[in-house]
Amino acid sequence: MYGRKVKLRFFFVISILIVLILSVSLILKSLEENVVYFQSPSEIKNFAELKKKKIRIGGMVKKNSISADSNEISFIITDFKNEINVSYNGVLPNLFEEGKGVVAEGFLKDRNYFLASKILAKHDENYMPPEVKAALEEK
Amino acid sequence: MASLIGFYSLVLGVIISFIITFFSVKNFKEPIVFDKKIIHFSFLQFFLVLISFLGLIVSFVNSDFSNETVFNNSHTTKPLFYKITGTWGNHEGSLLLWLLVLTLFAVLFIIKSNKQPTRYRILTLLFQQLIILGFFIFVLKTSSPFNYIYPVPNEGLGLNPILQDPALAIHPPILYLGYVGSSIIFSSTLAAVVLNYISKEWASHIKDWVIISWIFLTLGILLGSIWAYYELGWGGFWFWDPVENVSLMPWLALTTLIHCILVLEKRLLLTSWVVILSISTFTLSMCGTFLVRSGILNSVHTFANDPERGLFILIFLFSLIFMSLFVFFFFYRENDKTDYSIFFLSKETSIIVNNWFMMYFLSVVLIGTTYPIFLEVISSEKISVGPPFYNKLIAPFLIPFLFFMAIGPKLKWVKSDLSDKIYLILFLIISLFLSIFIVQNFKIEFLLNTILITFAFYLFFITVRDFVSKKYKNLSQNLAHFGFSLFILSILFNNIFATEVITNLKVGDTFKTEKFNINFESLSQKNKQNYKSIVGKLIIENSKGSIEVMEPELRIYNQPNISTSEADIKTGFLNDKFMTINIVQNQEYFNVRYQIKPFMIWIWFSILLITSGGLISMLKKKYEN
Repeated sequence: MYGRKVKLRFFFVISILIVLILSVSLILKSLEENVVYFQSPSEIKNFAELKKKKIRIGGMVKKNSISADSNEISFIITDFKNEINVSYNGVLPNLFEEGKGVVAEGFLKDRNYFLASKILAKHDENYMPPEVKAALEEK
Repeated sequence: MASLIGFYSLVLGVIISFIITFFSVKNFKEPIVFDKKIIHFSFLQFFLVLISFLGLIVSFVNSDFSNETVFNNSHTTKPLFYKITGTWGNHEGSLLLWLLVLTLFAVLFIIKSNKQPTRYRILTLLFQQLIILGFFIFVLKTSSPFNYIYPVPNEGLGLNPILQDPALAIHPPILYLGYVGSSIIFSSTLAAVVLNYISKEWASHIKDWVIISWIFLTLGILLGSIWAYYELGWGGFWFWDPVENVSLMPWLALTTLIHCILVLEKRLLLTSWVVILSISTFTLSMCGTFLVRSGILNSVHTFANDPERGLFILIFLFSLIFMSLFVFFFFYRENDKTDYSIFFLSKETSIIVNNWFMMYFLSVVLIGTTYPIFLEVISSEKISVGPPFYNKLIAPFLIPFLFFMAIGPKLKWVKSDLSDKIYLILFLIISLFLSIFIVQNFKIEFLLNTILITFAFYLFFITVRDFVSKKYKNLSQNLAHFGFSLFILSILFNNIFATEVITNLKVGDTFKTEKFNINFESLSQKNKQNYKSIVGKLIIENSKGSIEVMEPELRIYNQPNISTSEADIKTGFLNDKFMTINIVQNQEYFNVRYQIKPFMIWIWFSILLITSGGLISMLKKKYEN
């Protein structure tokens, strides 16, 4: 027979393993549910089918495209190849300007229309989201 | 001139680093007395880095644009205060600050450790010197703050306006005291492992260092959080932004460490845990520096995207981890004096259980922060992980966590029972009813919120009772746990009862809701030293007829040309009223956000309470001695 100490250690190690596996699988599962993918307007045009999940769209705010009324702000995000109309009601970051990079988070209504729930702020005038940079370099 | 002095004293510092290493190794072989030369050279090294740092400050104050760092981050029209704080508001300067604090802690360790064994002191300083040397090389090779530009520019590029803020001016030094404080914990733990010196005496000696770092880290995070609340205009206190997470991870490890050290001090248990936690705290602090500085994480704090810097820190980090793992596996011996008996109902058990929860929280944050980076490297797929992930994974597990926090301190060491504690059950029932009463009046997810609020109240009541009861023995623990219950309650109520209105208004417009009207009355403009200020006047009239005037501000800075929103916040005992405005380009409309955030001030206050728990435990020890 093994001693009490050995048995105890054995159970200890086993329980740690079980807890570890459980928590890691829990984390990974909710990670899958909660991640937000980043897309460019061109990628959206090429979608086989529209996803219902929340996504992020990045690109430039098209010149002379911003318009506002008391409820919402609409503008066009472009990657100079394709563009998408965005309507948004929420807080604008300070550096939201025409001709500057922007990342919008929300849901696609159709291939040309995006309902944003969040516009992301970047606090540097020369800053371009790396996603935008990559999307622009691809063209 | 100042830059030149700064540069050369930095170079001298490196030479001193080698000298200290030499004398330490020599002294370690013949440890009869602690070599005074090590002390002298450590002080000298600290003063050299201090001079170098002062040199950089002087360059900033004089707007010496022949210095590249000054040119990139300063401007003649900037107020003096921000010229000074701009010194550490950039990559190069903040690394010099890291180095300064590293050498400061080495000196402090020499002063404070004179009762410790000689070989242990020398070895700790040797490990510390290794870290210092690594940072010296890092600063000089990849990010020297003293690079020379020719021809000398007439004007600098200016400091990012959102960093021109009093809270953020002192946020980095305080945070660094916490981050870098963990370096001395790391060094002394490794030294103690090598010399097999891990004992109750060692635990009580290292406890002070752990608590000091913990206090500074907590305050540093608090300052950053308050800043984000009013300056970034996000209207919250925590956003699960990668950069915030990076400071939360060492905090979680450090908090766990504090509790483990207590067990070690009393029972000589969990020694390997303490070693692992000490190593991971410092490693996580380094990781934080790496992730923020390398430009991998994109945020306010990322100043430059320089892969060389990232690579250097990564190599440095891995060699430190490798070294500590080597030390751990080859030198670590179980202490044979340990009494292993642990019973299910005991203080140790509850601390261990909560340690596991803390490790779980830590891994959630770690995975959520690093997973997007790995995914991008592997599949070039770009993703982000937002607050729902963290809330979902952390909130449910806070319930048992709060319960053990309430019960644990009631239990005795080794073995305990709960027979005569009827009030513990009574409090639970009262909390449950109170919580149901609160939750049922609001349309929120019933089950999770009720249980969470119940256990937060439970911890609250039990800690309050302990203040009153004559039997309490541990004021610092009591205060910290009470603070935590208040913290969780404030967060929950802050989420549940918050009101928010976001709309676009022209001057003269009125926005109507059921509870209040917002009237955009007027707009005024003023020119300040380095920005143009636009202040809106908005009048909020609620249905009972009471009036509140809000004056949110927009600042348009001259160099760099950036606008920032300065929120107008009316802080109250029960809630904060919070308003920001922003321009919509080429439109007459302004983007207006108005929020009523309940118990905001209690969130800050409860963190201060938690911190003061740590402070009291240190002072008490001094007093008893």
